[in-house]
Amino acid sequence: MSSNTINIKLRVWRQNGPEDSGRFEQYTLDNISTDASFLEMLDVLNDQLIAEGKEPVAFDHDCREGICGTCGAVVNGQAHGPEKGTTLCQTHMRTFGSGQTITLEPFRAKAFPVIRDLVVDRTAFDSITQSGGYVSVRTGSAPDANAIPIGKEHADKAFDAATCIGCGACVAACPNASAMLYVGAKVSYLSLLPQGEVERHDRAKNMVTTMDSLGFGNCSNAGECEEACPKNISVENIARLNRELLKAALV
Amino acid sequence: MLDSKIPGGQLAEMWDKHRFNLKLVNPANKRKFDVIVVGTGLAGASASATMAELGYNVKAFCIQDSPRRAHSIAAQGGINAAKNYQNDGDSVYRLFYDTVKGGDYRSREANVYRLAQNSNNIIDQCVAQGVPFAREYGGLLANRSFGGAQVSRTFYARGQTGQQLLLGAYNALSRMINAGKVQMYTRTEMLDLIVIDGKARGIVTRNLVTGKFETHVADAVVLCTGGYGNVFYLSTNAMACNVTASWRAHRRGAYFANPCFTQIHPTCIPVHGDFQSKLTLMSESLRNDGRVWVPKKKKDPRKPTDIPENERDYYLERRYPSFGNLVPRDVASRAAKAVCDDGYGVGPTGMAVYLDFADAIRRDGEDAIRERYGNLFHMYQKITDENPYQTPMKIFPAVHYTMGGLWVDYNLMSTVPGLFVLGEANFSDHGANRLGASALMQGLSDGYFVIPYTIGGYFAQAELGKVTADQAECRHVEREARDRVEKLLNVKGKRGVDSFHKELGHLMWNNVGMARNRQGLEEALRRIPEIRKEFWENVNVNGSAEGLNQSLEKAGRVADFLEFAETMALDALTREESCGGHFREEFQTSEGEARRDDDNFAHVAAWEYTGDPAKPTLHKEELEFEYVKLTQRSYK
Ligand SMILES: Cc1cc2nc3c(=O)[nH]c(=O)nc-3n(C[C@H](O)[C@H](O)[C@H](O)COP(=O)(O)OP(=O)(O)OC[C@H]3O[C@@H](n4cnc5c(N)ncnc54)[C@H](O)[C@@H]3O)c2cc1C
Ligand code: FES
Repeated sequence: MSSNTINIKLRVWRQNGPEDSGRFEQYTLDNISTDASFLEMLDVLNDQLIAEGKEPVAFDHDCREGICGTCGAVVNGQAHGPEKGTTLCQTHMRTFGSGQTITLEPFRAKAFPVIRDLVVDRTAFDSITQSGGYVSVRTGSAPDANAIPIGKEHADKAFDAATCIGCGACVAACPNASAMLYVGAKVSYLSLLPQGEVERHDRAKNMVTTMDSLGFGNCSNAGECEEACPKNISVENIARLNRELLKAALV
Repeated sequence: MLDSKIPGGQLAEMWDKHRFNLKLVNPANKRKFDVIVVGTGLAGASASATMAELGYNVKAFCIQDSPRRAHSIAAQGGINAAKNYQNDGDSVYRLFYDTVKGGDYRSREANVYRLAQNSNNIIDQCVAQGVPFAREYGGLLANRSFGGAQVSRTFYARGQTGQQLLLGAYNALSRMINAGKVQMYTRTEMLDLIVIDGKARGIVTRNLVTGKFETHVADAVVLCTGGYGNVFYLSTNAMACNVTASWRAHRRGAYFANPCFTQIHPTCIPVHGDFQSKLTLMSESLRNDGRVWVPKKKKDPRKPTDIPENERDYYLERRYPSFGNLVPRDVASRAAKAVCDDGYGVGPTGMAVYLDFADAIRRDGEDAIRERYGNLFHMYQKITDENPYQTPMKIFPAVHYTMGGLWVDYNLMSTVPGLFVLGEANFSDHGANRLGASALMQGLSDGYFVIPYTIGGYFAQAELGKVTADQAECRHVEREARDRVEKLLNVKGKRGVDSFHKELGHLMWNNVGMARNRQGLEEALRRIPEIRKEFWENVNVNGSAEGLNQSLEKAGRVADFLEFAETMALDALTREESCGGHFREEFQTSEGEARRDDDNFAHVAAWEYTGDPAKPTLHKEELEFEYVKLTQRSYK
């Protein structure tokens, strides 16, 4: 590990609450180790702000390992920052150059209202899942696990879709703030598996209806979602969702 | 007297018989009972969904903005079950035996046996939900082996097993939210427990977005709030992991069991700077294919790939020929510490050892290794800027899991009637050392297959009067919670919350960490109250109690760690033996292995709060071993 340091300028979106109109504020940070993660850099900024008697920047995070989907912000116009297939918490300061200005904003979408600074409300994702993103199986009613063989190829494809971390970057990156990649990943994953077969049509219909009712926009195939996805979830899943919807309309 | 309520009779029949003897609540009456579940990780989500399916009215709470983000999401390696799909001699009895032995004979036989029995149902349940476990080409489930076992019984979903299991439980929970049987409160933190007439009847919470305090009442409270590894500041736990719910319940009468039993995981990315906020685990499954070594020469300046085979010390294979790189975690961690303390460590700080995949890549090819561990290698490279396909990983032990927790009986009920504790938050099944891939199993066993029955047994016999949120007892607890928050805001000192957390963590790691001794523990017991005192005089929490205030959230949690730490250090001082993850330097064999004292310490130490965290009262639950013979653990 090399341990160089850089000096940076930050432009950070500050917003006191949902009602506040918000504005950018500028900060300078010196001697940031290039081995620090992006969020550790924000920790340093917050320590500095606290020492100056100012309010720290609110930002969401938990695992700091790229798996929980809690973190996320738009960095220089890109959801989760410049590194492809990487969450903000797994982005390291070695990605940036000394003297660079970094602009930080919350994920913006009608369905994700800002709570404070970089923290947004993503409850809408939970509501979509609640409307059908599951297999209806009661505890205790399962057959032996190996009674349901699944070809490895199918299992692997389902897995790729199941790795979505629900962070919302796809919505933030989409010009229409659509949630089709999120819904597509969930619907694909379950419809690729025999366990999800029975409910596949209702699932697709109900999840999309809920999505529409929550203020997400329509998909216009811009493909920005796949670009921004820290888990590289493919837009193929949107195509599969559309096929599921079509089949659902026919039955 | 602590009554563990272990049913008598034959081990293999106990759980069946117990379920038969538990009184049932008839289906129509279940609707009349309200249950509060705090925490919606694996334990809490599975418990909430299953109790709701049975008909109970569930209110579930979590700190994150969605139940899908609980710390369980980060579990990597896998989940054990005694399916014996590999036909390699596994059985419920073997899983039971390995777990009791792995825990260094400090867990209850009856609980562990039940856990092993339930393990198979868990896999069935998860597969039915659609959890995409790894499969072989024939379409059947694949397994891998994990430390402390010589059979392949671990089910896994690449390096993301926790994520897939949690999403399965989250889906089940979402379904019951949709059915109107679970009310979900996200971004809501429990600040205290309400006990009325000696029974747990509710909680006080703070809405982390609006700042609003609320009282929720119910007929029982189920804590599924995870482990307290973050008392060390740096650990592999997620940032929000805390001891607050458990500690507040402890202050209200729940005994804390074996708080000093913490697990230090052998394979984590080493510490690299003082800005560091957390440590990252590299799954134990890597030890299946990775070989651990250090150079034979101290401070060898060569690149690892330039050091020839005969100048490397594969110290685990050398010291433990039969288990080799797959020795249990406590053994592997101590061995790494020993070689580094002796000056053989590598990397800039000398506090690291190599985990090398070159042989496995030569044998199976890079693609096979990528298939098995791709996401872990990727994560390693992101953090360290080194490519583990080309050069060995550098690893070092880090705090990972806490075996201690609130004391519970066989029904998972604490010493406060009506307060149940599940998952990592309880102390129950792992003794002094948890085997890999057993925490996920325990959380789901507790949630899917134990609490749904035992809570019925409680309701069927408890006499529960009506309580309301506006009665005096509830208002009193709510007032106390508000006052505490006000007090934190009013200190208006000079030091940020994190600096206190770091100071405490540093002390705990040095004095109550991987190796402990009397002198260090006594020093910790002296220092902790000093840090706590300064905290309450000099902490600086900006902002107000209204609205989102992340410094305030952290401050409350650090304040509780500062009390809890003292009880933890005291427990470590009192347990004058070495067992599992608790290594007292004074008690070791001539070969440097842990030396247990079964005559004096084959018990659970359950601490009762007395008003002063330095002076809790000790209660002992003697452990009886009828089936497994106590021996010096050997992995040689
Ligand atoms: C990096 C890592 C990898 C791991 N890998 C494995 C593995 O491969 N196999 C294995 O078996 N185990 C593994 N473990 C251990 C395992 O993941 C955990 O022990 C287990 O997931 C804990 O589950 P839980 O449900 O008890 O708690 P958690 O998942 O920690 O959930 C705690 C819940 O409680 C809530 N909560 C906490 N306090 C409060 C409060 N005051 N108010 C309201 N809500 C609260 C949280 O919001 C959360 O919902 C791993 C652990 C780590 C750190
Ligand atoms: S903090 Fe969990 S994904 Fe970034």
